[in-house]
Amino acid sequence: MARPGAEHRHDLETIDLYINVGPQHPATHGVFRMILTVNGELVEDCEPVLGYMHRGNEKLPENCDYRQAIGYHDRTDYLAQFNTEWTYCLAVEKLMGLEVPERAEYIRVILGELNRVASHLMWAGAFGTDVGFFGTPFMYAFREREVIQDFFEAVTGERMMYNYFRPGGVAWDVPDDFQEHARYVIDHVRRGIDDLDALMTDNEVFLARCRGLSPVTPEQAINWGLSGPMLRACGVKHDLRRAEPYSIYDRFDFEIPVGTEGDVYDRYLVRMEEMRQSLRIVEQALKQMPKNGPIMASGLKRVLRPPPGEVYARTESPRGEYGVYIVSRGGDKPWRHKVRGASFCNLSPLREMVVGNYVADAIIILGSIDIVLCEVDR
Amino acid sequence: MSPFLAEWWDLRDLGNLVGAILEWISERGAPDWVTYVLSGIVGIVAVLLWAILSQLAFIWIERRVLGRMQVRLGPNRVGPWGILQPLADALKVLAKEMVTPRNADRVLYWLAPILVVVPAILVLAVFPFSPGMVVADLNVGVLYIVAVTSTATIAVFMAGWSSSNKYSLLGAMRSVAMLISYEVVQVLALLAVPVFTGSMRLGDVVAWQDNYNAWLVFLQPLGLLAFIIASAVEVNRSPSDIAEAESEIVAGYHTEYGGIRWGMFQLAEYVAGFAVAATIVTLWLGGWTLWGLEEWVPGWLIFLAKLYGTFFLFIWMRGTLPRIRIDQLMGFAWKFLLPLMLLNVLLAGLEKVVWTETGASAGLVLPAFAVLNFALTAALIVGWGAIAGGLSPRMRAKRPLLVREVGGIYYQPLP
Amino acid sequence: MPDVQGLFEQYTAVLIATILGFALVAGALIGNLILSPRQRTRPKGLSYECGMLPIGRGRFQIHFRYYLFAILFLIFDIEAVFLFPWALSFLDIGAMAFYEMLVFIIILGFGLLYAWRKGALQWR
Repeated sequence: MARPGAEHRHDLETIDLYINVGPQHPATHGVFRMILTVNGELVEDCEPVLGYMHRGNEKLPENCDYRQAIGYHDRTDYLAQFNTEWTYCLAVEKLMGLEVPERAEYIRVILGELNRVASHLMWAGAFGTDVGFFGTPFMYAFREREVIQDFFEAVTGERMMYNYFRPGGVAWDVPDDFQEHARYVIDHVRRGIDDLDALMTDNEVFLARCRGLSPVTPEQAINWGLSGPMLRACGVKHDLRRAEPYSIYDRFDFEIPVGTEGDVYDRYLVRMEEMRQSLRIVEQALKQMPKNGPIMASGLKRVLRPPPGEVYARTESPRGEYGVYIVSRGGDKPWRHKVRGASFCNLSPLREMVVGNYVADAIIILGSIDIVLCEVDR
Repeated sequence: MSPFLAEWWDLRDLGNLVGAILEWISERGAPDWVTYVLSGIVGIVAVLLWAILSQLAFIWIERRVLGRMQVRLGPNRVGPWGILQPLADALKVLAKEMVTPRNADRVLYWLAPILVVVPAILVLAVFPFSPGMVVADLNVGVLYIVAVTSTATIAVFMAGWSSSNKYSLLGAMRSVAMLISYEVVQVLALLAVPVFTGSMRLGDVVAWQDNYNAWLVFLQPLGLLAFIIASAVEVNRSPSDIAEAESEIVAGYHTEYGGIRWGMFQLAEYVAGFAVAATIVTLWLGGWTLWGLEEWVPGWLIFLAKLYGTFFLFIWMRGTLPRIRIDQLMGFAWKFLLPLMLLNVLLAGLEKVVWTETGASAGLVLPAFAVLNFALTAALIVGWGAIAGGLSPRMRAKRPLLVREVGGIYYQPLP
Repeated sequence: MPDVQGLFEQYTAVLIATILGFALVAGALIGNLILSPRQRTRPKGLSYECGMLPIGRGRFQIHFRYYLFAILFLIFDIEAVFLFPWALSFLDIGAMAFYEMLVFIIILGFGLLYAWRKGALQWR
């Protein structure tokens, strides 16, 4: 027998509420779109929609000279340009068996690490806005980032798409006041990070919002293929700069920050500490850097023609493992060119992390992943 | 009119000028109702002008101050130091097209911005700017403030519902939930004031503080603290601006509003902010009094200085604090502030009873109460925080572990 | 006998404030009507949803828990209504009034505790 009132059940049916977050939303970093299914304030389902930024950055270099492709790597991760260029150059150098001169290696380390600081600063500012600061950490972070950008501009002549590393070295030598300028940047940024730290880290509201939010266990993190600060926040001691020291990272003394719980707060802490460690590396590199010397491997042809073969190079970019896979069949163009974007892999478990949390927290979790949409969509 | 009707040019009380004019009119044989309607109109127009000018000034001040806090300049292009920027903004807003969404409930959509402004203006009518300088000296002033400010809730919900937009409705629901929660806190925090003063007329409250030379902030620190927090919620300012959290629900209940109707919401928010600051100043910070200085400086200047100082506090909070989540905000109201406020009312009553029963002199009793209440406030906040779970280990900052060797896992979550 | 004349005078001011408030808003709205351009297009009337076409209806079902908080609000606001006259006059009635209110508030406190234990204060 039917339950009394069962015939009216359709009147009482619950209709799901879909909320569109993005692509035109103040809190999605870039043109990312989440379709949230919401029950009251709780997220019941989350469907990420990608591809608004797809430009074929993996395919385009297959029609380019090996040197022309560097610019496309600037444009994948536009916040860690040096790190992406570096990875690509490493791959080509591995393929060709090139030896990079000492001085060029140091320039690369200094620029790469400062770029990590700039990227994390950008993240910290944007994350502060996600948590609901009215722009104060954002402006703090940007003040420091500006100093770093001025430095990059002095070195490369560019503020965003540097296009400075080349397979075999760097494009041209650094300006004369490189050392002093770099020291000034380090002092400035170090104080700025302390400011940011004082504003955010101990803030009670910030703690209440971030601690214990969307904890990820190390097993989950490894299964999901997370990398970079996302992985280290879960307590996995892994850093490519230590695990397989590329370039000259075995010469520096630095520590790797590791979180304990894998929550959003740990991700924040790890990134803040990484900035300080990066500055340490830059300081050491400035001391050890040879005053003179070549900056480009000798004997390079005008057009690079690596031997047939395949190669995978990976580096620790600010967002995690940035990998470049190149298959060459001889000739002046790669036959296959593939990028492993750290943001894309870190973003993939978004649904698992977001479901069950509040709408407001979904924004914070998305922010804590530190995505660059150009790297996700490529 | 005022208790000490002086010459019309006596700047200590601008009411003197009005009084002189009205006297002149009534001498010409106008009936009584003309004089008091006229006095009402003059007073309200003055308050309105003050509110709008203050708002224009404070839009600029807030943006400049926030600019300073955030190592940037703020608006500095329009006029000297950018002081004409709010005027330019107002003109821009005035000249914008009014777009009504197709699915909107038109009547409610039009009515909401009107109904949100009027109560905000109404509240300002009861505040005594200086002795006698008050538009409507109601004998239920405290209750009037509560009653009038709470009607804004309805307007906010009308705006959210009529817009037919998900963000709007979500923002409106959040807004209503937190407005009603913090209204209870606000009312109970206000309640302890008439317990001490024995009158709800705002002028009497100030006179009481003047008489005993004791601002109520010394006797009611907990009440003031709770009222400031609740007010920050009521006027939708950081850290509790979840109703219009731009990083979550775009602009909350006024997502679909543009042009002057959006400007109405902004106006209401600012004027409500002034009203809240005026309430704090009148009830807790001694109104127009400043330990005898009011003999020399016009009382309304002291009042305004205190009011702007209090309002500055809200700007400061906006520049420093992130946003609280809705469940935390609601939990804070119901689990933390509400029990404390119930205790606070009882405490105020108990102290008043002790004061009357023992018949001790005010000079002896009030300092003792002040010390006792400050100690109790600290103890209650810490103690109740520990009981209600706000001081859990999760609320403590920590540092990441620094390792030199890679490989292995260090995972130690809190239980 | 309260001062009816004075009371009337004061509330006249409130009435005038209401009228002037409406006049101010009306003036602003009319000013906008005069100054603003008007050009209606179909996409303009769409409700904003991050630049995409809206999914589903704009007015959705609202979660039940808001209702619980509304009920709690009613309880405590009505309590405050009782407390206001008490606050003004409990000394005239005598110390007994204070103890009676003490009992009243304690009962309410237990009510709050009950709601807390039942999970009505939990926003989930």
